[in-house]
Amino acid sequence: MSGIALTFFIVAAVLVWGGLIASIVFLARQPQLATYPATAELGDDE
Amino acid sequence: MPVQEESVQHRSVQSGSVASRPREQWTGQWGFILSAIGSAVGLGNIWRFPGVAYENGGGAFLIPYLIALVTAGIPILFLDYAIGHRFRGSAPTAFRRLGGTAGKWLESLGWFQVWICVFIAIYYAAVVAWAASYFMFSFDLRWGDDTAGFFTGEFLQATAPGFSAQFVPAVLIPLVLVWVVVLVVLGGGIAKGIQRANVVFLPLLVVAFLILVVRALFLDGAMAGLDALFTPDWAALGNPNVWIAAYSQIFFSLSIAFGIMITYSSYRSRRANVTAPALVVAFANSSFEIIAGIGVFATLGYFAFQQGVGINELEGLTGVGLSFITFPAIVSQMPGGPLFGALFFGSLVLAGFTSLLSILQVVSSAFQDKFGISARQAAVRVGSVLAVVSVLLFSTTTGLFTLDTVDQWANNIGIVAAAIAATIVVVWVFRKGPELAAHLNAVSTFKVGRVWQLLIGILTPIALFFMLIQRIIVLVTDGYEGYPLWFLAVAGWGTIALILTGSIVMTAMRWKHDPDDFTPWPSATALKDLTK
Repeated sequence: MSGIALTFFIVAAVLVWGGLIASIVFLARQPQLATYPATAELGDDE
Repeated sequence: MPVQEESVQHRSVQSGSVASRPREQWTGQWGFILSAIGSAVGLGNIWRFPGVAYENGGGAFLIPYLIALVTAGIPILFLDYAIGHRFRGSAPTAFRRLGGTAGKWLESLGWFQVWICVFIAIYYAAVVAWAASYFMFSFDLRWGDDTAGFFTGEFLQATAPGFSAQFVPAVLIPLVLVWVVVLVVLGGGIAKGIQRANVVFLPLLVVAFLILVVRALFLDGAMAGLDALFTPDWAALGNPNVWIAAYSQIFFSLSIAFGIMITYSSYRSRRANVTAPALVVAFANSSFEIIAGIGVFATLGYFAFQQGVGINELEGLTGVGLSFITFPAIVSQMPGGPLFGALFFGSLVLAGFTSLLSILQVVSSAFQDKFGISARQAAVRVGSVLAVVSVLLFSTTTGLFTLDTVDQWANNIGIVAAAIAATIVVVWVFRKGPELAAHLNAVSTFKVGRVWQLLIGILTPIALFFMLIQRIIVLVTDGYEGYPLWFLAVAGWGTIALILTGSIVMTAMRWKHDPDDFTPWPSATALKDLTK
């Protein structure tokens, strides 16, 4: 595999797989909000 | 005013469902995420992305691809999720509620998406059935040396474009089995049917495909294949068609703009985090595409090495040709070929099956909402009709040509037109961008702002418009695959005409339960308070 191809593979891996890992970590750390808007209309399926 | 979650008042007067029963829900965040990834990761990830990337600049293609992901894919995914989550219904229900009193006609846009799914589902099931057959054929390499001849001749018994009544048992039997299995899962509903299937099948797909990729990487010539895939052709970046290809790939790959993600997000709880899971789904989809690219091109590198030719001399690098002609030829030459073939076609079955489930759920959910029927009733009544049509059209000697044509028109004309209409109507006609952005921010941990609204309101429609116009010009001037014009008029443009007619007819029909008896949460007033 040539140097330029290897570079592009690494860049793709870092951006895409890194994006996946970052988004999973972000979601795991903040799975939901601490507060929500006030409501009297929240249904039985909330 | 924001309050602690624990102190939110509950009042069981508004279920948000048009049916008399409460709306079904995923059992949790990850059940939804796995199902959404299962929908997004489909046949196109495996058989389309690698070839498209190679033919459009190799490594350089990754630049427009990633830009398209960030500027169109993720924004439209957010839009779909926002519509489904805020208006809590199938595509017709959600669009009707979005339109409000003056925009009840917007239901027709939802039905347009549903009818696209109808046409895609009936041929997609056939491709899953082909893959299932080839999974079995892998064990004795039944395709022999002439894989092209076997596929179109012995297996499909393809004749010529037209509409034949001559059934092919080798296609008909697995196709019926696929429909039986998929309708059983669909009848189980969201949590017990679709989610359960995805929780099993998606990890299985990832494991099977990773084994395939690792095996492929140790084949002779594999590195030459990766070289071909990742070496950038910088000149390609100056070609507008490469950018259109990148936006197309992202667009078709993410299952956006034809009702799937609206439907799936409508089954999330009111206080579910919407945007952060969307990021996981989008990056997971692209991650699988990169893995697929590595697996497919490492394997093609081996094939080129065996043939003593360059990768650029190989044919059949995408789609049906790659999967059912090129790959079987490679498998036949490979040590341990039967296992490799089983992994490849097994992966196609798993990827296709979970995507097929999501496509059919769009249809099922719409009929459940409109006619107040259960998931099981929708599977039996609606699903069985689709199964019959699917068998009649695609298990005959002309099934291949019909499939190819319906696929071309439903995707490149139908979905793209639906997406343009949705973005323009939502952002410009009904001015719902700020409300949807506020909704996303009210329930999600990843916030969106004006940039998101600009992307879905300006950049995405422009990119999609170019895709649509370019495709229409090509189809009108060049035709398609040399098929007769009358056949393209019936199977291609006829598909679009039926989608349009079907959406008007379904919109005109009466609802079992009033879909307008619904209050979005958070209320518009609460959202305005939040954005002050």
